[in-house]
Amino acid sequence: MTYDDATSATLVNEAAAIMARYPVKRSGLLPMLHLVQSVDGFVSPDGIQFCADQLDLTTAEVSAVATFYTQYKRRPNGEYQVGVCTNTLCAIMGGDEIWRRLSEHVGIGHDETNEDGTITLERLECNAGCDYAPVVMVNWEFFDNMTPERALAIVNQILEGKDVKPTRGADTVATFKDTSRVLAGFPDGRADEDQGAGVATLAGVEFAKNGAPVSKEAPKKAAPRAAAKAAPAAKTGRGKK
Amino acid sequence: MTDLTPVLSATWGLERSWNYDTYCANGGYEGAKKAFAMAPADIIQAVKDSGLRGRGGAGFPTGMKWGFLPAPDGGPRYLVVNADESEPGTCKDIPTMMNAPHTLVEGVIITSFAIGSNHAFIYVRGEVVHVYRRVMKAVQEAYDNGWLGKNIQGTGFDLDVTVHAGAGAYICGEETALLDSLEGRRGQPRLKPPFPAVAGLYARPTVVNNVESIASVPAIIAKGVEWFTSMGTERSKGMGFFSLSGHVKRPGQYEAPLGITLRELLEMAGGMREGHELKFWTPGGSSTPIFTDAHLDTPLDYESVGAAGSMLGTRALQIFDETTCVVRAVTRWTEFYKHESCGKCTPCREGTYWLALILRRIEAGTGTPADIQQLLDTCDSILGRAFCALGDGATSCITSSVKLFAQEYADHVEQGGCPFDHSASALFDYEELPRTAAEEAHA
Repeated sequence: MTYDDATSATLVNEAAAIMARYPVKRSGLLPMLHLVQSVDGFVSPDGIQFCADQLDLTTAEVSAVATFYTQYKRRPNGEYQVGVCTNTLCAIMGGDEIWRRLSEHVGIGHDETNEDGTITLERLECNAGCDYAPVVMVNWEFFDNMTPERALAIVNQILEGKDVKPTRGADTVATFKDTSRVLAGFPDGRADEDQGAGVATLAGVEFAKNGAPVSKEAPKKAAPRAAAKAAPAAKTGRGKK
Repeated sequence: MTDLTPVLSATWGLERSWNYDTYCANGGYEGAKKAFAMAPADIIQAVKDSGLRGRGGAGFPTGMKWGFLPAPDGGPRYLVVNADESEPGTCKDIPTMMNAPHTLVEGVIITSFAIGSNHAFIYVRGEVVHVYRRVMKAVQEAYDNGWLGKNIQGTGFDLDVTVHAGAGAYICGEETALLDSLEGRRGQPRLKPPFPAVAGLYARPTVVNNVESIASVPAIIAKGVEWFTSMGTERSKGMGFFSLSGHVKRPGQYEAPLGITLRELLEMAGGMREGHELKFWTPGGSSTPIFTDAHLDTPLDYESVGAAGSMLGTRALQIFDETTCVVRAVTRWTEFYKHESCGKCTPCREGTYWLALILRRIEAGTGTPADIQQLLDTCDSILGRAFCALGDGATSCITSSVKLFAQEYADHVEQGGCPFDHSASALFDYEELPRTAAEEAHA
């Protein structure tokens, strides 16, 4: 199997656009692998051959790179990549239980895809959303402060063919292929879509503005402080234990 | 009580805070305007004088790093922004780029002008698509408004910025592995020297800086060195993000002067979750030795945290209460390092593999008393002998936790299992079931 003429022509143009971003064309390999993933739903043998041809590399050289990175899939991936963070913090806050319930519900394990190809499950490493633990990612959009019930509801929506909405991110989660295309550096015009900055993201900003209902001995000097104002006095002489 | 100092986070939460117009309406690009009126060497000197140290974990003085570039030889030199935020617990650069990507773009412009780079790269981890959308859009807006491209603002200075998505590899946060990855290769660290300043991207002089470091530059230039140095401690100047996560009432991003303490931050965050107390925490991500409640008043600056036996790292404060099994926490981190070890050097590749095996059996209750010593011996064989800091980082949580919680390790061995109810640590209620065959197989 190879790409048909139309697909091939488009891919060649897009690969050229990718290579043009860099002084040395080989730098385009990572985005190009995202690009072939956006067409095939995984890094296919055709995709590897295509990248090799564009970059004057051998297929072995391209495969060596593709197999190093976890986002490149070697088998047809589900339309929705559902990842549960099971790194220490999220796992302990409940990620392990969320993983257990999702895996049981969908009937597949780590890096496996369900029969109709809608969902691939993954045990994620830290996705930099720790202040929203436990975190679930669907096609690399954030689903914050998860519980097993919320995570199951998301998966059920996907299984029913409905759109799902991240907690922080776009209005709806794009498909795996469409997401891969963005990661190849081709904007989908959705940057302004927004679900709000998030409570944890704003926790410090809000505290600086209003103080916070911490306790009876709430700090006295939690006065509003715009960043543009004069320098806050540095506190020194803090006692050491 | 130390006051918070929202600088990078000042505009977060405003209507469309990520847009060019919002940024400009709140003082955006004033730093760049000022910088273009300065001599590049003066910008570097200002950043040196500010005492800004790398916010990506290592804490190396940023201005000094810039100063290491050799004199211009007519060939290209590059700025590469490390936006591959992946250290467990670290979650500050992602909200920065999501909510105020122009702070980064403006920082890139000023830095590139200062070091004489005409092409900069922002290497964003691939697993955050909306962040990538926002950074790409901010760069496009900067082009549209004459802040990038040819003859920027009539200065004669040219700069192109490429926003590059990674593809899932923690090791690419290591600066030379990042450069290999950006060159289209497996992300494996390089032998140093030569350092990137001399031979970095495409073997050309290159500065690699973390998002927060670069995003701090516009404010330093716009508001002045004195403003910046008025915050922080004697040798740890300025403000930085303190990212609280875990068993606290209000986890989140707290931007404060360096030197603030966990006690103060905890108070701002509403304290530990109701009815629970602090057991252990990481001051700067999973690669920094853990602390306990004995360190509540340790000033969170580079020197004080170092003197107390850990590292300030990325100021990623992962906070765990008394329900948490430290062996479980450390085992999981170790599995992470094993998974993310790039395989280039033997101490890290083999060492993390064996550490994970030994920890799993201790956690599962099938370990022996000798295993605990074996863990420490294996850590000894990795620390200082690995190619890059990943191997060193993998040992931190093990050696520090064995020291602080020796009895808990012994309990697992003696009792033949974990004495903790894992469900008590979760943020929702559930009943813990025995592990399924599949989970056993994974473990």
